[in-house]
Amino acid sequence: MKAEPQFAFLDEGSKKEIRRATLKAVAIPGYQVPFASREMPMARGWGTGGLQLTCSLVGKDDVLKVIDQGADESVNAVSIKKLIRATTGIPVTERTEEATLIQSRHRIPEVPMTKDQILVLQVPMPEPLRKYEKKESITKRLHAESEYSGAWLMLFEQIMKYGRTTTGADHPVLVNGRYVMAPSPIPRFDNQKMDHSEALILLGAGREKKIYAVPPYTEIRSLAFEDHPFEGEDFSGKSCRFCGATGVFLDELYSEETDVTEYQCNDTSHCADRLERQGEKEVQHATI
Amino acid sequence: MQQFEERPLLKVEHLTKQYGPGCVECSRPGRPGLNKNYCPSCGTVYACSDVSLDVYPGEILGIVGESGSGKSTLMQCLYFDQDVTSGTLTIDDPELAGENLFDVSSQRKRYIRNHKYGMVYQNPVRGLRMDFSSISNIAEKQIAAGGRHVGNMQSAGERLLDVVSIPLFRMKEEPRNFSGGMQQRVQIAKALSNDPPILFLDEVTTGLDLSVQAAVIDLIKQIQRDLGISMIVVSHDLAVIRMLADRTLVMLNGRVIESGLTDQILEDPNHAYTQQLVYSLL
Repeated sequence: MKAEPQFAFLDEGSKKEIRRATLKAVAIPGYQVPFASREMPMARGWGTGGLQLTCSLVGKDDVLKVIDQGADESVNAVSIKKLIRATTGIPVTERTEEATLIQSRHRIPEVPMTKDQILVLQVPMPEPLRKYEKKESITKRLHAESEYSGAWLMLFEQIMKYGRTTTGADHPVLVNGRYVMAPSPIPRFDNQKMDHSEALILLGAGREKKIYAVPPYTEIRSLAFEDHPFEGEDFSGKSCRFCGATGVFLDELYSEETDVTEYQCNDTSHCADRLERQGEKEVQHATI
Repeated sequence: MQQFEERPLLKVEHLTKQYGPGCVECSRPGRPGLNKNYCPSCGTVYACSDVSLDVYPGEILGIVGESGSGKSTLMQCLYFDQDVTSGTLTIDDPELAGENLFDVSSQRKRYIRNHKYGMVYQNPVRGLRMDFSSISNIAEKQIAAGGRHVGNMQSAGERLLDVVSIPLFRMKEEPRNFSGGMQQRVQIAKALSNDPPILFLDEVTTGLDLSVQAAVIDLIKQIQRDLGISMIVVSHDLAVIRMLADRTLVMLNGRVIESGLTDQILEDPNHAYTQQLVYSLL
């Protein structure tokens, strides 16, 4: 006898617990809510926090998109999509506009998200003060007392040593003027997309057993000193080698054989979409 | 006629810090049943009992006593590293007037520590972050006090390092590469970086060799003269107390047994323990 798989893999009790933690996280923007992270059919550190959020949120009317560092077709993204589809039967998509639920590893899509969507981010290290203070009991107290010298100090040290802040990704942000939060290792380029986002953003850390959230229209400020303003990655003068997009996050590709540096869209579905539309235009022009 | 009435900057009244629940035996007034500061019937330790003190603006107050006499506990209570059992602390500052600062929220205590206090620990490991550069260590205190301008904090940090004679070409080095005396001087620079009206010095010269001790004491003296900061200096070294402190408290078994002008206490000790302490000076 083969048992029917549970809808969205997790049992209802677990989903309820995760939803309860999620509600608390939404109620206190930026605050890390502890939760009992479940065993998932993949290793911790591979997005189990995000996956548990997705499983607790997904309903029969949802359309799921999964991104792995900008790509929809990478192994991790495909495996997660397969699991959800096998246990729920809901459709999956690669188009940001079609999705109601988007689980992402380390990127926010280029297409602006709407109030009808939820973005779930996978978080390896939810504690922004961890490098400064190793003990959880102390970082909890620092958050309670709104004592964020540590987060600022790490940026100051970078400026002293390298002349500028060197956070490539995971640049700490202040949420709603209260909690300093690790935005998960999204590039600095994506930090501004969090500010007053129309979509609800949920962040899940499975290994560290924390859930936190940025509710829609919440103020997100990237930490920056007065004389060292925050800057995202700069791609001015560069464009995607396929679709020609500018003002998006680009991957740099260097070829040793030709000694040429090329750039292409990091968000693969955005790039494919643009190419498709350009193709349609060409076809239309050709038929006229 | 002009009135010369000085008000204490920091006033502590009836500070008691006990470890343990206390019992009928040791709760009676004067705590007669104690063995030193320990209650034999319930095991409670009275680290500080009924300590009162005043610190006036620009003054250095010395606290001496043997190991286990409660000096460091007193210091940690004043710096909010530990909670007190009972007692009041008031600071003569428009922002903090009239409040018992032992009772305020931990956020407010944090504010006082960041804005009104400086602390130099005996062991620099407690006061410094050994894996951050010296200049960042100094900036940490300024950031905590609201500094958000890198250029300003860096120039203030450089000025302080100059005051404590750390060569500027080493400012981006981590203090773990420094000698003990240099670490202690970085710690002093850090403690001074938010211009605190009150500075705590806990056994700052213990473990340093004599010439470095002299340099650190010189530095503290100079800072007091130039900046008019009030200080509380805890030490078991009477020579240090003689050089630094204007007034001195002598502690034994958690109590203040004698207080007065430093010269007076050292030249004409009253209490039997103080006499022993002064005459055992090598």
